[in-house]
Amino acid sequence: MERRRLDPMERRRLDPMEPNLFKYIWHHSRRDQLAILLLVVLSMPFYFLSLDLPKMIVNQGILGQGFPDPTANKPFLPIELPFGEFLTGAPVTLFDGFSLRQEEFLLSLTFSYVILYLINSGFKYTINTGKGRLGERMLRRLRYELSDRLLRFPIPHMRRVKQAEVATMIKDEVEPLGGFIGDAFVTPVFLGGQAITAIIFILVQNHWLGMVAAIIVGVQAYLVPKMRVPILRLGRQRQLTARQLAGRVAEVVDGAVEIHSHDTSNLERADLVSRLGRIFDIRYEIFQRKFMVKFVNNFLAQLTPFIFYGGGGILAIRGHLDVGALVAVIFAYKDLPSPIKELIDWEQQRNDVQIKYDQVIEQFQPSEILDPAVQDPDQDASEPLDGQVTLSAVSLADESGNRLIQAVSFSVACNDHIAIFGSSDSGKDHLALVLARLTEPSSGSIRVGGRDLTKLPQSVTGRRIGYLGQDTYLFPQSVRENLLYGLRHKPLRQPTETPERRARRKAWIAESRRAGNPIWDIEADWTDYEAAGATGPEDIDDRVVDVLTLVEMDDDVYRFGLGGTIDAEAQPAFAEAILRARAELPKRLAQDNAENLVVRFDPESYNKNATLAENLLFGTPRKQGYKLRDLALNELMTDVLDEIGLLDSTVDMGVTIARTMVEIFADLPPGHPFFEQFSFIDADDMPDFRNYVAKVDKQGIEALGPSDRLALRRLPLNYTEARHRLGLIDEAIESRAVAARKLFAERLTKLDPEAVAIYDPDAYNSAASLQDNILFGRIAYGQAKAEEIVGRAMTDLLDALGLRKTVVEAGLDFQVGVGGKRLSAAQRQKLGLARNLLKRPDLLIVNDGLAVMDTATQDKLQRRVLERRKGRGVIWMLQRPHSCEQFSRVLVMQDGRIVEQGSFADLNKPGSALSEFLAAE
Amino acid sequence: MSIDEEVEVLRKIPLFANIEPAKLKLMCFASQRMTFKSGQTLCGQGDAGDSAFIILEGEADVVIENDGPLVVAQFGKNDIIGEIAILCDVPRTASVIATTELTALEITKDLFFRMVTDFPEMGVEVMRVLAHRLEHTTALLLAARHGAK
Repeated sequence: MERRRLDPMERRRLDPMEPNLFKYIWHHSRRDQLAILLLVVLSMPFYFLSLDLPKMIVNQGILGQGFPDPTANKPFLPIELPFGEFLTGAPVTLFDGFSLRQEEFLLSLTFSYVILYLINSGFKYTINTGKGRLGERMLRRLRYELSDRLLRFPIPHMRRVKQAEVATMIKDEVEPLGGFIGDAFVTPVFLGGQAITAIIFILVQNHWLGMVAAIIVGVQAYLVPKMRVPILRLGRQRQLTARQLAGRVAEVVDGAVEIHSHDTSNLERADLVSRLGRIFDIRYEIFQRKFMVKFVNNFLAQLTPFIFYGGGGILAIRGHLDVGALVAVIFAYKDLPSPIKELIDWEQQRNDVQIKYDQVIEQFQPSEILDPAVQDPDQDASEPLDGQVTLSAVSLADESGNRLIQAVSFSVACNDHIAIFGSSDSGKDHLALVLARLTEPSSGSIRVGGRDLTKLPQSVTGRRIGYLGQDTYLFPQSVRENLLYGLRHKPLRQPTETPERRARRKAWIAESRRAGNPIWDIEADWTDYEAAGATGPEDIDDRVVDVLTLVEMDDDVYRFGLGGTIDAEAQPAFAEAILRARAELPKRLAQDNAENLVVRFDPESYNKNATLAENLLFGTPRKQGYKLRDLALNELMTDVLDEIGLLDSTVDMGVTIARTMVEIFADLPPGHPFFEQFSFIDADDMPDFRNYVAKVDKQGIEALGPSDRLALRRLPLNYTEARHRLGLIDEAIESRAVAARKLFAERLTKLDPEAVAIYDPDAYNSAASLQDNILFGRIAYGQAKAEEIVGRAMTDLLDALGLRKTVVEAGLDFQVGVGGKRLSAAQRQKLGLARNLLKRPDLLIVNDGLAVMDTATQDKLQRRVLERRKGRGVIWMLQRPHSCEQFSRVLVMQDGRIVEQGSFADLNKPGSALSEFLAAE
Repeated sequence: MSIDEEVEVLRKIPLFANIEPAKLKLMCFASQRMTFKSGQTLCGQGDAGDSAFIILEGEADVVIENDGPLVVAQFGKNDIIGEIAILCDVPRTASVIATTELTALEITKDLFFRMVTDFPEMGVEVMRVLAHRLEHTTALLLAARHGAK
């Protein structure tokens, strides 16, 4: 890895990218380009030969030139020394060639034609794959360079970046560049060479025809690019409008709540439509112009053969040109228009990608960009931050010159607990960003223990300073991964090496280097366990659980664990322990005289607290068609029910349910909330079911058609006897349901054992949650406080079996969702705080990070954090004056200035700014 | 006990005497029937009230926690309890503790309000029950004052 030393005086403000695409490509790929060029040159003689051969076939092979009579022989493939006559005065024959008769000669020529074709194709294949690889390599380099720059954008600039547009640029807009890069130098040489070869060939055959061809080619080469200039301009507009459309679509997603709550969806539609219209206009104009160019181009290309056939034919008739030469000219010309056309296309593409390149790199050259050395992971971070944090006349202004912070000066001990209090417009948010080195001050200096904070690399600020903002971004990974995120600065432990991996890795590194990419291994272990106070992956979970307990997230994570699944094969001991808990649960409940609160799954009996569908499936569905709500459609189950004689009973039950629903919901208007809450039948479907009931009452159950029966059959599947109390499940139904369950399981084991994890009292069910595995049944309906009592019994039991920690660890695997959306805002902030505490920074900066929580929780967490951080620095930006009491020193900020500072007791006196806020609260 | 049986029980309660069986069935269907063991609390004093109970079977004491538990009333079959808290959005004014095994229909606040708005005769009936209770409390208060003098 190329490593740049951090120059303490100089942070490069501008780091421009190469503006000329050609120079950029040449600079990074000249070796590959030259290799391919060489191949192209080597292929040329063979190409020329393949052009010459048809003439030989016609003239010598078929018409028999050089064969005085059909039995005469002629040498095939004689080899003469090049320039032999010039060197020695007489031709020097190296090889006399094979002496062949005319027919043999013809066959040999045609055979040679095939061989030449193969050689040419081989060249084409090698050149094309070489170009492809070259293009992809450069594309990889360019994409990395853009991503690298994105990571180096200063935070204030990042706020102005539209993520969808940037993503489109890196992903889509540079894509055509990859295709072009391989062709950048090779194509003009290759096609140009081909065209020149063809023209020379024609000129050699007949200079008049050759000149006509050259002139027409010249006209083409002049006219077509000229006609294409407006197309390029349109192409640029097309790219911009498309990029903006992507940005707008992302805004529609981000602003969904505002759009719905303000009824502005139609404004958005109008906006999108106007953009689509604009894109349409641009594209349509492009099409018109493009096909016009094509028309002109084709016309010119077709003009030449006309001249050849006409003019050349007359020359041949008059004997000025032999027929073989004419055929060869026409044959050679057949190959001329396509290289010319492609050359013109290439010129067009060149302009096009240069524009694309200009537009992309323009977006990646902000007025300021971080020096790569700032993010070098190997910068020394061993020296802790201590001493004094000293700000001298620190000011910050935004782009329009508004002063956000005005000449702030103060000095506090790095290991002290400082509160900076101020209203939301006091500038304390900006000060927090400046202190965390996320924003650079416009003027003034910040020194930490004598070192200039703004000159410190991120390896120091990112590891020794913690920052918690008002909203924390969580990556769509597990809780554990999100917490360890703050410890991953560079690869520390190599993954276990296998010979295959080593070989794969070696190739990977070589290729990465060629594309100018860094070679850090994502599969290595990046976690700095020591920084968290652990020794390795074995005991890091203890530390993770410790910080989660501190921020009061442990119960939440415990619940995630209970609701999550584990793989019994991967964790057999854990599964075993859960099975023990399952066996213990009834005894534990019996101690509280509460054993009737859980009705267990028993393969031999019907569970009245579960739905009919659950009783029939008697397992956890793994595949789509076996989900409980789709069970009526499942063919296997339908067959089984039919055989057991339960299918008709389910229709009967459906009729009873429909009749009850029709009766009790008859007078309710369709929108009534009871429908959603209680009814088995949607308000919309109610009339259908009323008809079914009427039909059955009049004509009997036989009158129902197959789809009527299906609709009715679905109803009882959701029916739970203990809850709905319609008295549908009698003993006869129960025993038949149990029989059906057994038959179904038997068939399924043969047909598709993976589809459903059947309940087995003695086996762990990997498809079901931990909680369901322990409960192994249903909580009884209608028993007071049942859930609470059972929940407590389960928790006690897991504690007694020493499983709490394991369950919490399982909960650490809980996936937080995109942006942590599966968690509440308070939970996200707690995780953000835990992430910062885990890395044990020398200085923790909290920018009102708990504000989303209720005040009692805020106070409690603040106290706990300060307790934990005794002897280590905390700077906490606060908006509630009372919270300042817990800090040893308070700074009050107003209008971007520090207006007073001192201990809480000193400041809590009449006349002080703080006391006014205290009184106002 | 199936829903039809529950409806029969409800019809014997004056509060529901004038209501169509189909409506009662809806109410039963939309409510949970809860079983309490002797000594279990139906509702605790000071808790937020979000449901009322109609006792289908069994008995319960109404207990006020002051300086110690004080039984102020007893409820039995067909009584409705807990309606005050859901009507006026105040915390439970007293605890109700089952003294025998007790079965009750738990009617949520939402359901209760819907039933009262949809069926005004039920509202009148609730008023009558409350008025009776007020009269009873007033009598008790008077008796207590006389006793104090």
